[in-house]
Amino acid sequence: MLEPISVSLASLNLVTLAPMLVAVAGGLILLIIDLIKGDLHKSLYVMLTILILFVDFGSVMGLNVNERGFFDVMLIDGIAIISQLLILAASMLFIPLALTSKRFHEYSYPEFFALFLFMIAGFQFMVASDNLILIFVGIETASLSLYTLIALHNRYNSYEAAVKYFTMGALAAGFYAMGSAVIYALTGSVELYQIAEVLQSRISESSVMLAVLGGSVLLLGAFAFKLSLFPFHTWTPDVYEGASAPLAGYMSIVPKVAALVVAMRIFGLYIDLGVEWVRIAILVLSVLTMTLANMMALVQDDVKRMLAYSSISHVGFVMAAIALDTTKGNTGVFLYYALYMFTNLGAFAMLWISRHKNRVFHKRFDHPYEKFSGLIKIMPMGAVVMALFMLSLAGVPPFSVFWGKIYIMSAAVDAGYVWLAVVMGLNSAIAAYYYLKLVVYMFLKEPEGNDDTIYYNTSKPLMSMIGIAVVATVGSVFFMQPLISYIFYMVSASGY
Amino acid sequence: MENILSVLIFFPAVAGLLGFVVDKNSARVYGISVAVVEFLLSLWLWMSFDGTNAGMQFVEIIPLVPDFGISYYVGVDGISLFIVVMAALMTMLGMISMNIEKDIKNMVISLLFLEMTMIGVFVALDAIVFYLFWELSLVPMLYIIGAWGGPLRIYASVKFFLYTFSGSLIMLVGMLFMAYLYQSISGVWSFSITDWYALVLPMNYQIWLFLAFFIGFAVKVPMFPFHTWLPYAHGQAPTIGSVILAAVLLKMGTYGFVRFSLPMFPDASTQMIMPIAVLSIIMIIYTAMVAYAQKDIKQVIAYSSVSHMGVIMLGIFAMNAEGIGGSIFLMLSHGIVSGALFMLVGVIYDRRHTKLMSEFGGLASVMPKYALIFGIMLMASVGLPLTIGFVGEFLVLLGFYKVSVIGTILAGTSVIVGAIYMLSLYKKSFFGPVTNEENSKLADLDAKELVALVPLVVIVIWLGVYPKPVLGPIDNSVKALLGFMHEKAQTTEVKEIITLSKNIKEAK
Repeated sequence: MLEPISVSLASLNLVTLAPMLVAVAGGLILLIIDLIKGDLHKSLYVMLTILILFVDFGSVMGLNVNERGFFDVMLIDGIAIISQLLILAASMLFIPLALTSKRFHEYSYPEFFALFLFMIAGFQFMVASDNLILIFVGIETASLSLYTLIALHNRYNSYEAAVKYFTMGALAAGFYAMGSAVIYALTGSVELYQIAEVLQSRISESSVMLAVLGGSVLLLGAFAFKLSLFPFHTWTPDVYEGASAPLAGYMSIVPKVAALVVAMRIFGLYIDLGVEWVRIAILVLSVLTMTLANMMALVQDDVKRMLAYSSISHVGFVMAAIALDTTKGNTGVFLYYALYMFTNLGAFAMLWISRHKNRVFHKRFDHPYEKFSGLIKIMPMGAVVMALFMLSLAGVPPFSVFWGKIYIMSAAVDAGYVWLAVVMGLNSAIAAYYYLKLVVYMFLKEPEGNDDTIYYNTSKPLMSMIGIAVVATVGSVFFMQPLISYIFYMVSASGY
Repeated sequence: MENILSVLIFFPAVAGLLGFVVDKNSARVYGISVAVVEFLLSLWLWMSFDGTNAGMQFVEIIPLVPDFGISYYVGVDGISLFIVVMAALMTMLGMISMNIEKDIKNMVISLLFLEMTMIGVFVALDAIVFYLFWELSLVPMLYIIGAWGGPLRIYASVKFFLYTFSGSLIMLVGMLFMAYLYQSISGVWSFSITDWYALVLPMNYQIWLFLAFFIGFAVKVPMFPFHTWLPYAHGQAPTIGSVILAAVLLKMGTYGFVRFSLPMFPDASTQMIMPIAVLSIIMIIYTAMVAYAQKDIKQVIAYSSVSHMGVIMLGIFAMNAEGIGGSIFLMLSHGIVSGALFMLVGVIYDRRHTKLMSEFGGLASVMPKYALIFGIMLMASVGLPLTIGFVGEFLVLLGFYKVSVIGTILAGTSVIVGAIYMLSLYKKSFFGPVTNEENSKLADLDAKELVALVPLVVIVIWLGVYPKPVLGPIDNSVKALLGFMHEKAQTTEVKEIITLSKNIKEAK
């Protein structure tokens, strides 16, 4: 007969679970409210979601660094805390974008907000664990919610996008599961720290190396899908095009941050073990990703697709920092996303406020370049703000993304990869061309017979979100010091 | 006022922001008033500048990102002082002579932001702050060329932006590597140029870093293989754009060589004398010949501008007090002269809406004042003694004579070819009978244009006859720079090349 297992509540350290529980409970509360009283306005749900995220944010802030909990599957280290803070901040910036002046039906469903909160809980699980199974559960929770959120948008290509994302995601999930299985077979554990110990002792055995390579190829494939690295990036532009603009902006930040954290944990482990092959593979993938995505962005006719390719290229840029496996490189990853978050969400929000119910300017695209031509004459402030975001994305100083770029380039130089820094620099130059293309359309071309209906979908909450994004983009130089020192402290505290 | 440099940098920027509020019919006057105040401030800087002190003055340091070694660090010495004054002067005169009706408010605001970046580049002593202003200067210029330019304006402005942007990103990698080297030696991060000066680097690092910075600066100068963006930018830009571009923006590149490359990499710079001299001489002769073949007056001046930039490069890499001092003086004189010439072309373009030489002829009889000022500026551009152009060019050639006699002779041909294309331009447009009916009723310079041009004529002759007030401080700082390079150089051969000649020739 089995011994009864007694577990004391204190040993579970449930506070490590608190952030996810807040998000899940919040989602359930929203559903219950809907059950009790239907046809409530979306503004209620938006504000409640922000409040829940606020509590969530507070509970993350309250966590101590380097704690484990819940049978040691939860790992609250520095990067878990920063990435959760990033995820929550981006979500709080995103959700008010639902308050548009025009009605888009997905936001009138309370389920949208509940799913959104479940998705956040999923991402939080992903980043706050070093257990391969819990990471998998987190990935799937988040992804399944995200597929649904995409499909809720009112375009036929939203379904196409959701299904495409779903199939690709399923493939990635399969890769991930098989990769984890290989690791389990090798080491008898799904906990990364134990895996590291076992692999360390067996790394010299010749037969192990092949299995290690096999496992890492599968895992790399899985994360390449999730992060949209070349050659697994093909779903990205279509999915972004099908999703609503703010959701596309959100997808270019939050899932990427979560996946980058997991990649940092898993591939950092391989690189620490001296599996140089993984480092080379990541470097090759990231260089190809940033270069090819930039090339493809050059020929896009639609601003949203251009931004999709640009976000792929930014991921490539950041992924290279993971291959460096230095504290500075890993700091750069979070710094980059903390800055990129505001600029990119701002840019997508600018597309969102110019969104029409029907395609007025082009029969296939919602946001062709022509729509923005001569914008400086029609909406001077709008054009200036959009141009600020574009210049920031291009890496023109002193706007926010520039600081992320030089920090990562400097990390590359420090680690002895000067060629990588040069490649990054040249890629920024290529990228400048397509960002400039939009600036040229807005500032240097004549309006193409559009009236003042470009900013059709605008509203006060949207304007204030864009205002926050502008302030963060322009004033970044003033908060760089606290940001860098905080992130650096957190990353080095967790030993990355 | 110890913080006058910050005031100089941010006054135009604040004015630019406030300019959004000013009514568009008053924007021109607003812009001119701001530019005049800025110029007076720059004169104040000159007056309070201690000409006998060769080091940095009016230094301000405010840490921005201490963990990463970035601080707001500015200062001015004899090398940068006059370029700052010249930038303020040319912006002011350019704004006065400006003849643009369309979207004047946007133009004034862009110019004010551009002025901030120009001053910022020349006084920044932190590499990241320097880079920040350097890159930021592209944005208003992109808009000025792209919005008010000729038919190919968008192509020209994007080409200008991308060329400079790509070059400077390579320079950025160089800066990051430099900071890394500084950190690995001293243990702290710093992007301060004066900290970097203290580093003595092994030769192979110096060469690579020199090349990285070279690409950034050479595109801006523009050095010979990278110069193709310039004729487009000048050809398409509105008058004010060309004036600022030729007078100030190009100087950023040559200034960068003096501020960064020479003191930081003295050994590599000395090794690179010959390759750069060859490129410069090709640039001088080739573009002078191209200038002769042009049909468009503005293109002639654009190419002559490239040719003169070659002379400046040659002087910098002569590595002696005459050469570098002469180059810095030539930067000033070229700024004033080419700026004035572009303004003069703008004058005739506003009247006739063409810049082709074949359209003109006999202008001297119709527009005597215009012809006189054009003639003076043209002579200054060619380098006639007693004009501002002569002093710098003579000193550069004198300095380079010590490096290579043949090189000096080849470079000296630029004066001859310059005289040929400039005088033939003058002959075709100004002398002879009035061949084109439309030209017979052209109005001569009006008050506004005279206000902009006469001060430049005065400066051209004043500094041509008596350059000492400007040459003195320049010479002090240049000698300090050379002394520093001499001390830092690692081999005796390099030390020999970096000579400190004590008896600089003045006031020809």
